[in-house]
Amino acid sequence: MKVAAVEGNMATVEAGGVRARARLDALGEPVSLGDYLLVHAGFAIRRLDPGDAQETLRLLDELLAAGDEG
Amino acid sequence: MKADQFALRDPLRGQALARALQRLAPERPVRIVHVCGTHEITISEHGLRHVLPEGVSVLEGPGCPVCVTSTVDLDRAVRLAEQGVAVCTFGDMMRVPGSRKTLDEARALGAPVHTVLSAADAVGLARKNPAQDVVFFAVGFETTAPGTAAVLLDDPPGNFSVLCSHKLIPPAVQKLVNMPGTGLDGLLAPGHVSTVIGAGAYAGLAGEHCIPVVVGGFEPLDVLYALLLLLRQVADGRAQVENAYPRAVSWEGNRQAQNLLATAFRVSDAKWRGIGEIPCSGLAVRAELSRFDAALKYDVPAVEGQEVVPGCRCADVLVARAVPSDCPLFGGECTPLTPVGPCMVGAEGACAVWHRHGERPAL
Repeated sequence: MKVAAVEGNMATVEAGGVRARARLDALGEPVSLGDYLLVHAGFAIRRLDPGDAQETLRLLDELLAAGDEG
Repeated sequence: MKADQFALRDPLRGQALARALQRLAPERPVRIVHVCGTHEITISEHGLRHVLPEGVSVLEGPGCPVCVTSTVDLDRAVRLAEQGVAVCTFGDMMRVPGSRKTLDEARALGAPVHTVLSAADAVGLARKNPAQDVVFFAVGFETTAPGTAAVLLDDPPGNFSVLCSHKLIPPAVQKLVNMPGTGLDGLLAPGHVSTVIGAGAYAGLAGEHCIPVVVGGFEPLDVLYALLLLLRQVADGRAQVENAYPRAVSWEGNRQAQNLLATAFRVSDAKWRGIGEIPCSGLAVRAELSRFDAALKYDVPAVEGQEVVPGCRCADVLVARAVPSDCPLFGGECTPLTPVGPCMVGAEGACAVWHRHGERPAL
């Protein structure tokens, strides 16, 4: 979910028009507006880099290309 | 972000993955087990079992946290509520059958039971009502437990305590490896549990028990990609930990969350519904925080109750020894509206997911 506001150890996050609050205690790294967080049961457990989904696709394409050659 | 999510449902790549999977048809039957209700939802909702090569089955193990919560713990929560203690828990837990009644039934009879989305909400309720004792009935795996740890370590009010039923995934998988009739040829490891504990947590499973392990995400391509890596390991005779979900999982995991868990909890033996006691598979509140441990604060004895009613095959479903449709009650006497066993309750129970998506693949 995307960070819309941060106040102490609490962030306001939103996804698909839904707003929620997420505690940041379990994250262990600073959070900025616009960051994406993986939130579970009200607690952020990981900051996500939007570019990383592209990385997954790249790895997958590589694997498939290698498989086609073999 | 949204575009990327759709990219991970790209049908062309999905078809390419399906073709690659077909080329890895095994010579003997291969059983891949996953331990995550969300994986089951992705697999069933997108019909992913239909693109697996013949001889490969993918089964859900003990991956639904409310399903594996023992009736001993659930009955204790019901009794606390009946004594007037406000019991807060996640919505999925409400309709899980205990040996006497569900939390939902206790609430209907006037007991103070509240659904919450977070442990922090239970603390909020306690702060707002200082004269009311509030217990957070804490269920869930390593993904959920850091939130409970965080509120325990954040100076909660004296009228708040935790009935701790948190459980750990690696010891449960270890247990499956050693159980008759549940052998596994590969583990599709849960994405968000692994965000916390790290892919490295499965090194022993791969190294000592020679089980291939791949951590997978939750989009359809994530799951197919992880299954492809697993079948490649099986075909090559390798057993390693591979991470097919690097955008959310690192080798070390989330150190901050791990520190919270280690500070608030100690590892304890725990009883799993349908499976029994598994050594070192649960979390208990540390002695330093015992004033917030509802198991010590209140005189609610742990009474052994009926875990699974006769005829219900949840105990086999929970260890991947049966699929939901093997159960004679599935879809007849037992439906999401009238659940008999815990696996038919909530969003993540294997039976509930199969009932919703009409999935009945052959084993």
